[in-house]
Amino acid sequence: MLKTLMVAEFTDEQQLFGAVKGARQKEISIYDAYTPFAVHGLDEAMGIKRSRLPIVCFLACALGCLLAMWLQIWTSSIDWPINVGGKPFNSFPAFIPVAFEITVLLGGLITVGVFFARSRLYWGKKPELFVEGTTNDRFVIALEVADARIPRDAMIQLLKDCGAISIGYSEVEK
Amino acid sequence: MSGATSKFRKPLVEGEKNYSQVTHEILAPLEGKPTRGWYGAFVIAFIAFAIGFAMVWYQIATGIGVWGLNKTVGWAWDITNFVFWVGIGHAGTLISAILLLFRQKWRTSINRAAEAMTIFAVICAALFPLIHMGRPWLAYWVFPYPNTRGTLWVNFRSPLLWDVFAISTYFIISLTFWYIGLIPDLATARDKVKTAWRCRLYGFLSMGWNGSTRCWHRYEILCLILAGLATPLVVSVHSIVSMDFATAVIPGWHTTLFPPYFVAGAVFSGFAMVLSLMIITRKVMAMESYITVNHLEAMCKVLLLTGMMVGFAYMTEFFTAWYSANPYERFVFINRATGPYAWAFWTMVFCNIAVPQVLWFKAVRTNPTLIFIISIFVNIGMWFERFVIITTSLHRDFLPSSWAMYSPTWVEKGTFLGTFGLFFTCFLLFIRLLPMISLGEIKSVLHFGKGAGHA
Repeated sequence: MLKTLMVAEFTDEQQLFGAVKGARQKEISIYDAYTPFAVHGLDEAMGIKRSRLPIVCFLACALGCLLAMWLQIWTSSIDWPINVGGKPFNSFPAFIPVAFEITVLLGGLITVGVFFARSRLYWGKKPELFVEGTTNDRFVIALEVADARIPRDAMIQLLKDCGAISIGYSEVEK
Repeated sequence: MSGATSKFRKPLVEGEKNYSQVTHEILAPLEGKPTRGWYGAFVIAFIAFAIGFAMVWYQIATGIGVWGLNKTVGWAWDITNFVFWVGIGHAGTLISAILLLFRQKWRTSINRAAEAMTIFAVICAALFPLIHMGRPWLAYWVFPYPNTRGTLWVNFRSPLLWDVFAISTYFIISLTFWYIGLIPDLATARDKVKTAWRCRLYGFLSMGWNGSTRCWHRYEILCLILAGLATPLVVSVHSIVSMDFATAVIPGWHTTLFPPYFVAGAVFSGFAMVLSLMIITRKVMAMESYITVNHLEAMCKVLLLTGMMVGFAYMTEFFTAWYSANPYERFVFINRATGPYAWAFWTMVFCNIAVPQVLWFKAVRTNPTLIFIISIFVNIGMWFERFVIITTSLHRDFLPSSWAMYSPTWVEKGTFLGTFGLFFTCFLLFIRLLPMISLGEIKSVLHFGKGAGHA
């Protein structure tokens, strides 16, 4: 199944903001917007729900910390206890540095992995670019045509009013 | 957009530029022909690297008896160079993580190159303990894994093992953070460059990034998370390095001051190296409008602050030695300042405490030539700091009959030269292969402090 998108191109992030607000007002669903850099506030304007990555990170860090503590206590005081300078086998305070490092390591790597998976980014992926220059100086909005309540002419007019320099159609897999 | 129009805020990027121009100018070194200066520097760096490689080959084949160590001074140049390089590796993550959390927007121009520097410096640092093992092909023994020796586990109570974990984690997280920052810029490069192999390389590495707002939203949160993780990490790494010494019972090493003292010193030496590199790079690569004098001035202020923290630590060490009334502790510090290595101690004091004081003057902080000279002094001074701490604490121990002097052999000198070769070879390749300034971040601060029409 293919889905038709109306793609408009702007030269300034403020115009893109206008288009996003206009589309939301007219209840047209926004497929996505594309910018060469992170435009602050655009995610909120588009109504994107806040990412749950911080929760992933917390869980990954907790896992790392527990794993590191378990490994150190188990190896040093259960599997093969060795007397080092008469210190207790379970030298808990001495285990904190390594536990901290593993916490950060797993927390960071798992969060990055989840980020790649969730954003569907992988090595060698062919980019889905509607407009040339999206990664340079073009600001692009892609609107869903099928379920829009207003006619296409009105949509085009809306985008033109916002300052679109070109408007076209693209099709993507649903 | 960052709408600061205050007269106190200076623009972060000089000149009126548009987005496309920024892309063009920052990506220019990727496709242009390298200059003669670049070739010259690369040849010199590569020769130094080759010398280092030969030295490492020789000392592994012969054994580390080719070093100038003796039974009294069992640790000297090798660990000095290790701590020196790890320290340099601290500025990058400080700039990219801590300054991100503090919302210091001036970091955008220098973070990419500083992070690259961090990664190369950590590689140079890691070489030293690896060589010191004597049998580097068994280096994996430092990791806890089930083995045929019983399973004999590593000793988790040893700070040297903490170091293994700290340095490995620091390297992996810094590399990941750097790569995450590179992805949007690699996508820009992918869509911009003409050479086929570069297109394929950037296309592969950029992971199909297309600037989607949904991705940017997650990306920004990811960067904040990584900065939050890297901030305590950067503090932990040099704290743990300092514990290699502080947990020993050697007078001159056995002090609780070491972790904060080493962290301040690491930031100090790291910023000095960033300044030395950036002042040359901005000139040679014509990036003066991106890495402005304001950036250099901001880094000079950090240099001045951390320099004084280091100076304060020197005084605290001496005070504590006197106040502890411990004769061994007192002896080490008197010997440090007046003994046979006094020249090294006073070189350190001159380079790290006296020289940076001129940074109080704005005229100095805004003069790249002077800053460059000062940064070189600090680099030298910080190397001597580690040498002084390590060697002077060891060479006259509890028994005068075992007192000894240490001087490095040509193998040690060649190895140290080799790490500089490795560092600069990597850095020179980096500025030709990857966008050396973060495009996405520069574009987002392009209008900062200009207030022209962008609210």
